[in-house]
Amino acid sequence: HGEHCRCEHVVYIDEEVAKLLQLKAQLGGEDGKHVFVLKTAKGTRDYNPKQMAIREKVFNTIIGCFKRHGAETIDTPVFELKETLTGKYGEDSKLIYDLKDQGGELLSLRYDLTVPFARYLAMNKITNIKRYHIAKVYRRDNPAMTRGRYREFYQCDFDIAGQYDPMIPDAECLKIVYEILSELDLGDFRIKVNDRRILDGMFAMCGVPDEKFRTICSTVDKLDKASWEDVKNEMVKEKGLSEGVADQIGEYVSMQGGMDLAERLLQDPKLSQSKQACAGLADMKQLFSYLQLFQVTDKVLFDLSLARGLDYYTGVIYEAVLSQMIQAPVVAEQNGALPGDEASVSVGSVAGGGRYDGLVGMFDPKGKKVPCVGVSIGIERIFSIMEQKAELLAEKVRTTETQVLVASAQKNLLEERLKLTTELWNAGIKAEVLYKKNPKLLTQLQHCEETGIPLVAILGEQELKDGVVKLRKVASREEVDVPREELVEELKRRTSKLP
Amino acid sequence: MTVSQIDEEVAKLLQLKAQLGGEDGKHVFVLKTAKGTRDYNPKQMAIREKVFNTIIGCFKRHGAETIDTPVFELKETLTGKYGEDSKLIYDLKDQGGELLSLRYDLTVPFARYLAMNKITNIKRYHIAKVYRRDNPAMTRGRYREFYQCDFDIAGQYDPMIPDAECLKIVYEILSELDLGDFRIKVNDRRILDGMFAMCGVPDEKFRTICSTVDKLDKASWEDVKNEMVKEKGLSEGVADQIGEYVSMQGGMDLAERLLQDPKLSQSKQACAGLADMKQLFSYLQLFQVTDKLLAEKVRTTETQVLVASAQKNLLEERLKLTTELWNAGIKAEVLYKKNPKLLTQLQHCEETGIPLVAILGEQELKDGVVKLRKVASREEVDVPREELVEELKRRTSKLP
Repeated sequence: HGEHCRCEHVVYIDEEVAKLLQLKAQLGGEDGKHVFVLKTAKGTRDYNPKQMAIREKVFNTIIGCFKRHGAETIDTPVFELKETLTGKYGEDSKLIYDLKDQGGELLSLRYDLTVPFARYLAMNKITNIKRYHIAKVYRRDNPAMTRGRYREFYQCDFDIAGQYDPMIPDAECLKIVYEILSELDLGDFRIKVNDRRILDGMFAMCGVPDEKFRTICSTVDKLDKASWEDVKNEMVKEKGLSEGVADQIGEYVSMQGGMDLAERLLQDPKLSQSKQACAGLADMKQLFSYLQLFQVTDKVLFDLSLARGLDYYTGVIYEAVLSQMIQAPVVAEQNGALPGDEASVSVGSVAGGGRYDGLVGMFDPKGKKVPCVGVSIGIERIFSIMEQKAELLAEKVRTTETQVLVASAQKNLLEERLKLTTELWNAGIKAEVLYKKNPKLLTQLQHCEETGIPLVAILGEQELKDGVVKLRKVASREEVDVPREELVEELKRRTSKLP
Repeated sequence: MTVSQIDEEVAKLLQLKAQLGGEDGKHVFVLKTAKGTRDYNPKQMAIREKVFNTIIGCFKRHGAETIDTPVFELKETLTGKYGEDSKLIYDLKDQGGELLSLRYDLTVPFARYLAMNKITNIKRYHIAKVYRRDNPAMTRGRYREFYQCDFDIAGQYDPMIPDAECLKIVYEILSELDLGDFRIKVNDRRILDGMFAMCGVPDEKFRTICSTVDKLDKASWEDVKNEMVKEKGLSEGVADQIGEYVSMQGGMDLAERLLQDPKLSQSKQACAGLADMKQLFSYLQLFQVTDKLLAEKVRTTETQVLVASAQKNLLEERLKLTTELWNAGIKAEVLYKKNPKLLTQLQHCEETGIPLVAILGEQELKDGVVKLRKVASREEVDVPREELVEELKRRTSKLP
């Protein structure tokens, strides 16, 4: 604890110094010159072109999957009325960024995409929608930069709102997670599923007092990172359960399986006495039957130890975990996290979500319920993994998509280069030309190598006389003379085969 | 107090009241976005995506990379960069950490990015929202949160080539977006300054006369001359001389003529500007830019086919077929209903613009076929189950 206090003091001093330096900088340096501090705000970062290229690939895969399933998208403002966010995040409310009162409405930066979604539904009186929303959210917590957590980060949410025949949309959410994680090629993964009603029923039948459900839930949630001994210890020593009750819970939470487990538990003498557990188990069976039709049961596990952030979930809950982790684990968030809360994902987790039927009703003046089920994809985690992969494999990530550089072998050919480049642009071909009247051929080839441009179209005095263009593959240096009027065709042919 | 001030105070009080809860202790929820901001609904997003794709496609065709920066900067990064407009910057509340402000444009963050990373050469585009606390005239389409789409070339190069490429890009974008005819006006700071100097404008009045001249796109010459003489203190003679020049428009020919102009040719900076203007036009000629709806149903999804059933108890079959299609990369939907009416399923297609429907029925299942129907024309054909994916891919590759 002493260590902790000292750290706090140091952090406090650092912040005060930073503030004073900022003020000093505003007053200007010694020579009266305006000093420019070259930093991004704490917990935020720029994305350079390489990172943007990776980001674009990941988004394309994810969005492609959402679209394949018929989802639409919306966008909301980066800040909401402060009161829209007030009272929705429990203890986490202290992590909300407020805007300064500058004489108008009181505003705050959005903390997630779920509350804006609920507001959007209520505001537009929408009862049915299948929507995805990819945008940045803002949290003033202590960013552990090395663990890949920031104060500004992307969330990628997919939700189905509306009253439907049970479990079909829930199953489609899981199919989508399965497709995305498969396509992103992150290695093997598992999707754990459970149900709030099964958990609550199980706690009741094991003898957990009602008022301890939530707190025991958050203890059980630690099983993905801690041993049963530690978890049992916390239940008994800190949360006041009897050893007997804890042991009973222990028997259940060690169970994993598929539809067979749901069937077995429906016969379980204790559990079958809980009405809500039975409802949850019946739905779990139904879910697995749809998952079989969707061909995803090979990676889905009914896991009784899954208990993530239960405050808003009313039915099925799920979490996707990568089997192989490349980076250090992130510590799980405290309870009270919202559905699909990125910050609450635990070790190796890359997606999470569940059914939350009561949330939108909180936002509607008449309390009209709109049932929802959804998932949040942990894209920051995925970006991190992809960036590391690229580095490990020494993969060259291109930051442009240029297909051909138009070059000249001799002097005074800028005009010809610009003419040819224009022809290519007009034909929709991605082309570049150096901003130099008389560049050396070597310089032009080096530009191709540095930026990954695969082809170079070389003009020279003789080629112009002969009405041809030398088309060279940068990597192999294979060269061929192409008649000028066939160049566009040839380039289109070659570039349509490129990955 | 003015009416708008009263409105704001009332809104603040109502917000506070709402926070305290309504009469029944229930938490009252005000369903509004912040002033000057708005949601984008799926139709708007679909249009937005088309526009971005066209614009980004053009940037990529020209070999540009992209970056992204945080939505807020250190307050001091933005301080002193925007002159009078600084009062329009959104500040974040001091919550015990650094002082922060929402970005006002993308140019200052760009400059910070270049300096921070010691970058001397880059061709980059950046599309992102920026924030300004001015009085939004919503009907005029101005908001407090709005997109900016910037393209910049940084670095030392042979003169005017990058400048010309910027114009080529604008030309391509406006052409592809099909917004109708357009013109791109060009001028040069050095030509303007040289012109003002030769007409007799005092140095210290350059900037302010500049902003008056700028109003010529919205006001008449009489009004502009009036402002120059009555408000900015120029003599009528000087104003008239300016008037002769600012009425001129042309192409490379105008640049050549002005290089011969007795007054202007005496200004070194005007000559430099005019020489570069000639050079610019020569490149623009090479870039071929020197010359200048059907109410489509805007779809918000890209679904190609709905998997439907004509009778009851076919949910399992529908789900199986839909899974086959998804696995083959085809954009498909299925209704979340065990026993939907065929009419309901067809209506869903019409409402959301899904062009094809694959209908399963008892007889079709026995015969091993699927009825593939074009929603618009109702033309129907039986396709053998094992050929369906192939057939769908064939049909959807022809769709716009």
